[in-house]
Amino acid sequence: METIVEVNGLERTFGQNRAVDGMTFHVKQGEVFGLLGPNGAGKTTTVRLLNGILPPSGGTARVFGFDPATDGQKIRQQTGVLTESPALYERLSARENLEFFGTLAGIPENTLGQRVLDILKFFGLQERVDDKVETYSKGMKQRLALARALVHEPPLLFLDEPTSGLDPEAAQQVNELIAGLNERSGQTIILATHNLLEAQRLCDRVAVLNKGRILAMGSLTELTSKLWPTMWVDITFWQVPSESAWGAVKGQRGVRQVTGQGEAWQVQVESAEVIPQIVQQLAGQGASILKVIPRDYTLEDIYFALQAGEK
Amino acid sequence: MNWRSIWAIAKKDLKEVRQNKAAWGPGIVVPLVFAIIMPMMFIILPQVIPVEDVQRELGDLDVMLRAMPPALQALFEGKSLEQMFVLYMAGFMLAPLFLIMPLMFSSVIGSDSFVGERERKTMEALLYAPTSDMELFLGKVLAAVIPAIGLSWITYVVYIIVVNVASYPLFGEIWFPLPTWYPLMLWMTPALAVLGISATVLISSRVRTFMEAYQMSASLVVLVLALVAGQISGVLFLGVGTTLVIGSIIWLVDAALIYLSVKKFKRSALVAKL
Ligand SMILES: Nc1ncnc2c1ncn2[C@@H]1O[C@H](COP(=O)(O)OP(=O)(O)OP(=O)(O)O)[C@@H](O)[C@H]1O
Ligand SMILES: [Mg+2]
Repeated sequence: METIVEVNGLERTFGQNRAVDGMTFHVKQGEVFGLLGPNGAGKTTTVRLLNGILPPSGGTARVFGFDPATDGQKIRQQTGVLTESPALYERLSARENLEFFGTLAGIPENTLGQRVLDILKFFGLQERVDDKVETYSKGMKQRLALARALVHEPPLLFLDEPTSGLDPEAAQQVNELIAGLNERSGQTIILATHNLLEAQRLCDRVAVLNKGRILAMGSLTELTSKLWPTMWVDITFWQVPSESAWGAVKGQRGVRQVTGQGEAWQVQVESAEVIPQIVQQLAGQGASILKVIPRDYTLEDIYFALQAGEK
Repeated sequence: MNWRSIWAIAKKDLKEVRQNKAAWGPGIVVPLVFAIIMPMMFIILPQVIPVEDVQRELGDLDVMLRAMPPALQALFEGKSLEQMFVLYMAGFMLAPLFLIMPLMFSSVIGSDSFVGERERKTMEALLYAPTSDMELFLGKVLAAVIPAIGLSWITYVVYIIVVNVASYPLFGEIWFPLPTWYPLMLWMTPALAVLGISATVLISSRVRTFMEAYQMSASLVVLVLALVAGQISGVLFLGVGTTLVIGSIIWLVDAALIYLSVKKFKRSALVAKL
């Protein structure tokens, strides 16, 4: 897969404040890449730098092979950006908003009207196309802003906190739309968020940011195995197993330690492959296994582990 | 340069201004006063007020007459008292007052499109559009300049019709516009429209709200009032030549201000103020 975003040692300072402090990452075509970090981590600044609306203080970036610092306009022709606040013209209708941005993006006059109606329909706004945006609910505004980012069918989409300020239902609706975009049209998405669940649900890979720096990067499994080279499995039995079962599991290759007592054990293993071997071993020993649950780390665990490591 | 984008920006800005009553309110009231109410008063007044009052007004006329080039002085020869009064009032005394229009219209629209865009937090999405800084700038400038000139010209046309129609019984001929009006309408009016917008762009980077920008650029009107005072006192009579010269000076100032505003109006600077 082609790499469409390359960032090397990118920097942006505001006075003494290092908003983006030497970031390096690559995004391949078709990926959903997350920029995950707390307030002030530098997510919005990164999006601005990559679209060439803010000049960098150092480092390099290439988007579709263009340098945002000099060829921003060529990049913006191929990107869509959902800004942090919807930034819609509240006094204009949804149709007027989209036709305006569609024109700026160069959609030909003869297809513009239909394209706008189609996308409004896709986002469930077809009944309100000629209503002023100020009469819309927050969720509708967010969907309209998403429609604006997509009206010219950009191959690369930036989403800056797409669900912030939405109620859970509206947030879920927006997230489903986003997931659908990547699945249906293979759109590459860079998602800036501080919402761990959202990142977990949508992103193939994430860069965990803090104060302008990347603390860790990779898929959820990569990050987990980097942070926690071993994993824990909770095993529950129907009846307390025999002493020999304990010994057999303990002696098993890939098992680091066994704790717990009675019918609840915790086993630390080197990798997930070891788990089926343990189950076989226990079954051979005649143990009555009720549940085997590997402890999954969530992005939240990763996030807090990284933040703790940082301090 | 992508003109389709430029026009789209200009049209969008005008659609927005239309929704801002504080912006278009004066755009209706001022032309109405200038083109209809004022001339009607000048023309009806001498027919209803006592002759002595007209004569006293014409005392002031003497000052201005002396400042006029001979060709224009000739206009007053052989005219009746009433005719002289109308000629003086409608044709000369308040002529520079009309110059408030291009200045005011363009700075009001400019305040809404340059500062209002930021105040309403819509600037960011616009910066992400695939247009150049220059296209954005031009779109917004045209949104202010074209209606400012257009509306001024419409007002002139209405004024010309009203003056001629209302004073026809008095003169028995179509006598307006006078030669001094042509450079005023065609040279100075566009120059002031451009002055209004370029000054507003520079002001806009320093203020936060539409109202602040509106009030600051409104102070430019002092410039026009100075011209009115010059005309009435006879100190600076706006003949054809003088108007052309002052107009040219304004165009030069315009060029300098536009140069500075283009340099200021860059994404990299605008994004810092979002
Ligand atoms: N125009 C600016 N002038 C000065 N400082 C800025 C500017 N823009 C951003 N910063 C600073 O840069 C840092 C990163 O800001 P940025 O908006 O990129 O963070 P973020 O990750 O998007 O945060 P949030 O979740 O709050 O949106 C912050 O400390 C912010 O104060
Ligand atoms: Mg942000």
